Amino acid sequence: MSIQLQQTMQRRRGLFTTDHRTIGIRYLLLSLLAVAIGTVLSLFMRIHIVSPDLKLPLFGQIPPEGYLALVTMHGTLMVFFVLTTAPVNGFASLILPSQIGAQRMAFPLLNAIAFWLTTLSLVVLLGAFFVPGGAPISGWTNYPPLSAITAAGPGQATGMDLWLVSIGIFCFASILSAINMLTTIVSKRCQGMTLLRMPLTVWSWLVTAVLILFAFSILFAAVVLLLSDRHLATGFFVPTGEVINGLLLDRANSHANGSPMLWLHLFWFFGHPEVYIAVLPSMGLTSSLLANFTRRPVFGYRFMVATTLLIGVFGLLVWGHHMFVSGMNPYAGTAFSLMTMAIAIPSSGKVLGWLAMLLRGRDSRVHPMPTPMLFTLGFLSFFIAGGLTGPVLAQPILDAYLHNTYFVVAHFHLIMAMAGAFSLFAAVYYWFPLMTGRLMHETLGKWHFWLSLIGAYATFFPMHFAGLAGQPRHYAQLIGSTSTFLSSLLPLQTGITHSALFLASAQLLFLANLAWSARRGKPAGSNPWRATTLEWASDLTECRVVRGPYEYNFQSNLSDFVMQCAAEPEQE
Amino acid sequence: MSAIFGLIPLALSTDRVWWMPSNGALHGLAIDHLMWWNLAILSALFVLAHILLIATAFRSSPAPSHSDDQREEESRQSANSRNRSNISATIWKSELILLFALTLLYTWMAISAQRLWATIRYQGAAPQALQVEVTGEQFQWYFRYPGTDAAFGLTRPELINAPAGNPLGIDRTDPHSTDDIVSSILVLPAGREVDLNLRSIDVIHGFFIPGMRLKQNAVPGMPMHVHFTPSIPGDYAILCSQVCGLGHARMQTHLRVVSNDEYLTWLASHAPKPIEGATR
Repeated sequence: MSIQLQQTMQRRRGLFTTDHRTIGIRYLLLSLLAVAIGTVLSLFMRIHIVSPDLKLPLFGQIPPEGYLALVTMHGTLMVFFVLTTAPVNGFASLILPSQIGAQRMAFPLLNAIAFWLTTLSLVVLLGAFFVPGGAPISGWTNYPPLSAITAAGPGQATGMDLWLVSIGIFCFASILSAINMLTTIVSKRCQGMTLLRMPLTVWSWLVTAVLILFAFSILFAAVVLLLSDRHLATGFFVPTGEVINGLLLDRANSHANGSPMLWLHLFWFFGHPEVYIAVLPSMGLTSSLLANFTRRPVFGYRFMVATTLLIGVFGLLVWGHHMFVSGMNPYAGTAFSLMTMAIAIPSSGKVLGWLAMLLRGRDSRVHPMPTPMLFTLGFLSFFIAGGLTGPVLAQPILDAYLHNTYFVVAHFHLIMAMAGAFSLFAAVYYWFPLMTGRLMHETLGKWHFWLSLIGAYATFFPMHFAGLAGQPRHYAQLIGSTSTFLSSLLPLQTGITHSALFLASAQLLFLANLAWSARRGKPAGSNPWRATTLEWASDLTECRVVRGPYEYNFQSNLSDFVMQCAAEPEQE
Repeated sequence: MSAIFGLIPLALSTDRVWWMPSNGALHGLAIDHLMWWNLAILSALFVLAHILLIATAFRSSPAPSHSDDQREEESRQSANSRNRSNISATIWKSELILLFALTLLYTWMAISAQRLWATIRYQGAAPQALQVEVTGEQFQWYFRYPGTDAAFGLTRPELINAPAGNPLGIDRTDPHSTDDIVSSILVLPAGREVDLNLRSIDVIHGFFIPGMRLKQNAVPGMPMHVHFTPSIPGDYAILCSQVCGLGHARMQTHLRVVSNDEYLTWLASHAPKPIEGATR
């Protein structure tokens, strides 16, 4: 009996562990589940666009509102549960404490609570598929009044409520997690780990945590306001005289003439920093990995830190560029456009810095290129491809044509989704030894990279053309009274669907690699990449940092690399 | 030979952007020029960056072999480190120059786009512009012309009743409303500026005419104006560009740009016939 009890207790402790590594891995597994579901949903969408009458296995034929439900859930899963959860919460839990020489996070219990809240949030979100009316159909941005009024469409009843509750929980969990990260970075750094000795990943997480505190607090408020509009008859977002389905909305005692514009401002005040929350950790990782694999220090470390900070600050001030044609004052459009152009400067600076690192390190780099390096180059390629269309969309007069077309879909899938995903792949291949003690299979990894690269460009690059042709996003079918206008794009869209299926199938290689390498991969040893940062140090108990984070071939009389915590290295 | 040379300006013509539908609006040409230059410059930058990216993926020289001779090794290393600091300084300098060049590019983009934006959007339509009211509702666009009295009749949300033929909630007791014309397609005379009064009765819709290079959301509770001059007669698609519910993709109609005579004929044929004793 007592043994049984002990085992149960141990299992409990296992399940509700506060160990940051275990929580990090669980976050990553949660993201893996979310990305798998999100990908399947996107394939359903792609198939539906080109052959709407096809009956899908398990799903049957997709009605138009079903397509929009897929869009909403795909976007929500990918943005929140993949691109926020994995690079920020997942890898920060796994890596951040040891990179600053700490034994644990500042608040281990808070970390565990944040993880379980995120899991709850995912469960609530997926629950929206199974309620009457199904999932919400208003896209991941959920503009009111469509999202504020139950009668506005199927899925806008219980499904919409579940979405709001889910995102509310997610906001809360993210804020807890950000407080934890911030406190950890500020107070748990080991002796000698000054701010300017922190790896660039830590700088990224620092800025990300601050952005999360701003952005998710506002989103939380917006979600609460929308819920109260839906259930407490308030009028924050709904104007008077609103007629839905031929019925005048009866708000007898409501004198509040609300405005949907308020939601747009609140949502995008969250929504744009969210982009940087997703991509800043990738930027830090890219700098670190390029230093490691070119065996040279980061080029312009302080410059990289400065651009990260600038991107963080500017990132909070550019939300209006999502709203050029929304009815916002055109003068405000000018202001937001100029701010957005300004943010292109530090971003370009970073890209030039990475290219300089590649150029300078082309003789000393690791040869042949290992998989994490390939994925980092992939990140760089997508970041350039998606980044260059940013300044186009930042010009209100050009955005007034391209807004909400496939051009925008191409832009953010390249810069946020593909760049983000490739950086996550780089992180998984690179840090896999810290999770399992083994390396991932190199040949499989290389196949995975090349097939994904080809698939991703073939899927998202042609979307620029559909966008230039004027095809709006969120269209379930290419029919309608202006049929020739849209149906002429059918061959292009068919090609995109085929590429998307190819891209998704290539990810099976990754899953196979994960499963195989976790059990049979090559044992990694303590520092397989010969890295300088502390997550690879064998013992952190008496850690004392004496030098910067990227001392690869730093001085010609020292060895190839020197760990941050290594005592005075021997002279060669 | 001359045919080939003839093709070059055609291929380089900035009037037409690849894939974009042909433009039919007066202000559209300037937008297309700007779009062409933007896409051309950014495509070139994309290619240049990738040439650099791919070039660095190939080693320019073999990895230094480990030399047994200590002295040779040392001299090689000190030469290397001198070389390296030189190379680093050069790279740093060229990075700053490139960043400066990119900053100039972004400044040019910002200024040229803002000038165009200011010309088109900062000011309202001229007073003599044709007035048309555009109303979006799930999942249909309605266009209302003020008729001979040049004034729109009152609308009231409680009167909206599409099955009974009053999708806009026009108050028929208002004398201004008797000659209002409601249409489900937009017909405009070429060459005359039009001032659209954009509104929505239910959710946010996106009023998008690709051929007119025009897009503006219709927001409930917030009527707003957008103006343009259609210049080339033809048939143009009107789409909804903001997700508005399950019929979003169906929310399409046409803009027909016609000559002034045809426009007047169309108006006359659609003018409401006065009916004796008609009530609302």
